[in-house]
Amino acid sequence: MGLKNIAVREALRDAMAEEMRRDPNVFLMGEEVAEYNGSYKVSMGLLDEFGPKRVIDTPITEMGFSGIGVGAAYAGLRPIVEFMSFNFAMQAIDQIINSASKVLYMSGGDIKCPIVFRGANGPSMRLAAQHSQCYASWYGHCPGMKVVAPFFADDMKGLLKASIRDENPVVFLENELLYGMKFDVPEDDDYLVEVGKARVVRQGKDVTLVSFSYGMKYLMDAKDALTDAGIDPEIIDLRTIRPLDIDTILESLKKTNRLVVVEQGLPFAGIASEIAMQVMEKGFDLLDAPVLRVTAEDVHVPYAERLEQISIPNTQKILAAVRNVMGK
Amino acid sequence: MKNYPNEMLKKLFKRMYLIRYFEEQAAVLYQKGHIAGFCHLYIGEEAVAEGVSENVTAKDSIITSYRDHGHIILAGVEPRKVMAELTGRIGGISKGKGGSMHMFSKEHNFYGGHGIVGASTPIGTGLAFAHKYREDGGICFAFIGDGAVNQGQVYESFNMASLWELPILYVIENNHYALGTAIKRGCATTNLSIRGSGFDIPGKQADGMNVFAVLEAVKECAEYVRNGNGPMILELDTYRYRGHSMSDPAKYRTREEVEKVKETRDPIKTIKIEMQKAGIPESEIDTIEREVIAIVDDAADFALKSPIPEDSELYTDMLI
Repeated sequence: MGLKNIAVREALRDAMAEEMRRDPNVFLMGEEVAEYNGSYKVSMGLLDEFGPKRVIDTPITEMGFSGIGVGAAYAGLRPIVEFMSFNFAMQAIDQIINSASKVLYMSGGDIKCPIVFRGANGPSMRLAAQHSQCYASWYGHCPGMKVVAPFFADDMKGLLKASIRDENPVVFLENELLYGMKFDVPEDDDYLVEVGKARVVRQGKDVTLVSFSYGMKYLMDAKDALTDAGIDPEIIDLRTIRPLDIDTILESLKKTNRLVVVEQGLPFAGIASEIAMQVMEKGFDLLDAPVLRVTAEDVHVPYAERLEQISIPNTQKILAAVRNVMGK
Repeated sequence: MKNYPNEMLKKLFKRMYLIRYFEEQAAVLYQKGHIAGFCHLYIGEEAVAEGVSENVTAKDSIITSYRDHGHIILAGVEPRKVMAELTGRIGGISKGKGGSMHMFSKEHNFYGGHGIVGASTPIGTGLAFAHKYREDGGICFAFIGDGAVNQGQVYESFNMASLWELPILYVIENNHYALGTAIKRGCATTNLSIRGSGFDIPGKQADGMNVFAVLEAVKECAEYVRNGNGPMILELDTYRYRGHSMSDPAKYRTREEVEKVKETRDPIKTIKIEMQKAGIPESEIDTIEREVIAIVDDAADFALKSPIPEDSELYTDMLI
C-alpha cells in the first residue's frame, strides 16, 4: 500500500468524504462547515461534493444543533457534529452527556445514538482561557460513549472513519495546532483504526511515556533530549481515552517499570490521574517508582506569551520528570 | 363542535379513562412503596395526549419530557410494560433502567421520556430533521411544558426549525405551573402560542381540557406541517390535578382552584356528557370502564410479579 504525506486536516476531510460516499445517512453539521469550508478548513470541498443537504451550516447555537444531531441519530441517521472548539461545546454538554450518552442505557438498549462530536480541543496559541481548555478528562469521565484523541494523521483518518461507523456516541478531540502538521497516511479508502487501542510509537526499555493528542508533540520534541541523556524511552500514544487501553501500558511497564504521563489538560482528576490509579490497581508490582505526570499547570490558560509557555508541558518539564522517576 | 360517531366517542373516552385510571393506580403503587423516585402524573391532562395521538400516523415521531406515562401508552406501548418500568422491573419498557421519566419505544416511534426540562425540544427538532432528510412524509410531535418554554434551547430549535422548514408540531402543554411557579411568575409573556413569532412560526391556542377542541386544533396544525410549510406551535390550555410529582404537596395553589377545574372542565366528565347526549347507554360506558380497570389491574399485577433485573443487567446496554 502506498503512502501519501498529508496534513491532519486533509486526513480528517478524507475520512469524512469517504464515509459520506459510503453511507448516505452520514452528514456533517456545524458552524461554518459548508460555504466557508470549515473555520479551520477541515471540511474543504465537502459542500461542493455533497451539497447543502448533507453539509449544513448552522447558526451559532451549539446546544440547539447538538440536540438536533442527537435527535437525527435516534432516528437512525449518522450525524457528524463539528464544534469550532470544544470550549464552545460547554454550551452543548447536556445534550452530549444526558441525551446522547445515556439514551441506550435509559431505554434498556432500544434507542441507539450513533453520532460523532468532533472539533478542536485544548490549547492552541495565545487564545487565552476561554478558547484553550482540554476536555479529555471531562468526557472521558462519562460511560456510554467513546472518546478519541489521536495525534498522527493516519490515526486521525482511521479513527474518524471508525468513529463514524461506530454505533455509539463518539467525542472526537482534535487540536488546532495539529491541523497543519503533515504525516504519512496510507493511500486506502478503507483505512480503519480500531477505537480503544493505544499505539506504541517508540520501543524502549528505560521508562514508559504515555500521552495523547497534542501531548504527543511534547513527547516527540523531548525524545532526542532524552536519548542524548542516555535514556531509552518507550513512547505510547493512547489514541483513545475511553475505552482506555490500560493493557498496552501494563505490558510496557513489564519492561520499563517506570511511568510518566504527559497531557495538555489540567492535573486534578485528569487522564494522568486515572492512568496512575489504574496502574496502581492493576500493576502495582510492576512499578519501581511512583508514577509521575507532566500536565498543564493548575491555572486557566493565560494570554501573555511567556505565561502561556510556562503553563503547558515542555521538554524541560518532561526531562525533569523522567530523571526523577529514574532516580537520576 | 362537529358530530363524532358513537364509536369514536367511546374510543376517546376509553383511551382517556385508561390514562386516568392508570395514573391513579400508579399513585397507589407509589404510596405503597412499589414505585419510587420522581413520578409525575398526567391526571387532568388526558385530553391533550389523546387529542394529539389521534392525529399521529405510523410515519410520525413523538417526543416529550418526563410526564410521559400517558403519551407512551397512547403511542401503543402496553400499559403493563409502562407500569413495570415504574416498579423498576425487567418487564418494563426500559428493563427497569429508565424509570418514570425515561421511557422509549423505537417500534412506536416514541423517542422519550426525557428528564431534562427543555432538552427534548432540540431532539424532537432533530427527529423532524430526519423526516425531512429521508423524505419519509412523517412529522414530529414534540411536547413542551410551560416551564420548558423559557429554556434557551427551545428558541435555538425554533430558529433552526423555521430556517430549515422542518416538519414539526410543537405542542405546548400549558398546565399553568412549572413545578410550583405559576406561569405569571415565570413567563414575561403568558400567551405561549406566540413564542415562535420572532422566528415566523405560526401559533394557535386551544382548550386542552376538551378532547374535541384538541383533536380539531391538532388536525389543522398537523395538516399545515404535513403540507411542507415548516414548523407550527399549538398551545393547549390544560391543568394537572396532582402535584408536580408525587413528592409535591402543591401548596402553591388553592384547593378551590383545583376543585373548580375538576368540576367545570374535567376532560373525562366532558366526554361522558357528550356520550350521554349521543344516546350511548350508561351500561356501555360501564362496560368500557370495567375493560379499562381490567387492563390496568393486569398491568399493576404484572408490574409487581415481573422480576427485578438481575445484577448482570447493571453493565448491559452501556455500549453497543
